[in-house]
Amino acid sequence: MKPLNEMKLTFDSRSSNEAFARTAVAAFAAPLDPLMDELCDIKTAVSEAVTNCIVHAYGESGIGKIHITARIYPSRRLWIKIRDSGCGIEDIKQAMQPAYSGDQSGERAGLGFSIMCSFTDRVRVSSRPGQGTTVILEKILSER
Amino acid sequence: MPLKLDISGSFVRAGLSGEIDHHSAKPLREEIDSAIIRVQPELLELDFSAVSFMDSSGIGLIMGRCRLMEEHGGSVRICGASGHLKKVLKLSGIDRIAAVETAKTKEVPHETAE
Ligand SMILES: Nc1ncnc2c1ncn2[C@@H]1O[C@H](COP(=O)(O)OP(=O)(O)OP(=O)(O)O)[C@@H](O)[C@H]1O
Ligand SMILES: [Mg+2]
Repeated sequence: MKPLNEMKLTFDSRSSNEAFARTAVAAFAAPLDPLMDELCDIKTAVSEAVTNCIVHAYGESGIGKIHITARIYPSRRLWIKIRDSGCGIEDIKQAMQPAYSGDQSGERAGLGFSIMCSFTDRVRVSSRPGQGTTVILEKILSER
Repeated sequence: MPLKLDISGSFVRAGLSGEIDHHSAKPLREEIDSAIIRVQPELLELDFSAVSFMDSSGIGLIMGRCRLMEEHGGSVRICGASGHLKKVLKLSGIDRIAAVETAKTKEVPHETAE
């Protein structure tokens, strides 16, 4: 199916870009006039995926590129792809378990994927260790 | 710094504001922790009423502070969360380790016709 609209972004995996990324995707979705609650869901889910690229894929030391493609499909379907070329995920099933975190600092709740799953309608994750990770989020916005 | 610290006796109140994500959590964490270590309070209150956005990094922030407070036998209270924040807090099950007081909708006093 052909998207009605599309945008692409590439930016550095710096933590200051977390706010930029979620705001940019929210602004792209704005013409659909989503409910306030839906907009918050989208922002939070995008923030989770982008933060994972910054924290886990590239780590605090290295800076890599993060790519976002967002599309609007008919029937108010918002499609968002977040891709990194970082370390990848060994075991996706384990990574997606609520409260699982591969981070040892004790400052991460392990809830990023849980939030993505409960705040959107569909989450797809593909990854290859050493190659990177792609997360696709889809959300059907309610009729206005 | 989007943080207002209020210290009275063995009570520390941290008024957070703005957007809490991985980027903004670090300075908040450092500021709150230095107060905890200095005061060793019985109670740490985290007030979210001026927070407009929070993702899982905010949950990590709360969890980490709970752990630090536990070390000296103190506890954590969360208040002021409304709307979307409430949704994130609920999903996290944070109420198992901290007392959560959600923002009350202000009661409008009714004029009663006598
Ligand atoms: N883009 C990624 N690249 C490499 N590893 C990832 C990526 N995204 C997630 N992971 C792995 O999956 C785990 C779970 O991710 P999730 O977002 O659910 O939790 P978290 O990031 O550890 O904690 P939180 O999101 O609550 O701060 C991470 O700890 C990490 O090991
Ligand atoms: Mg995460």
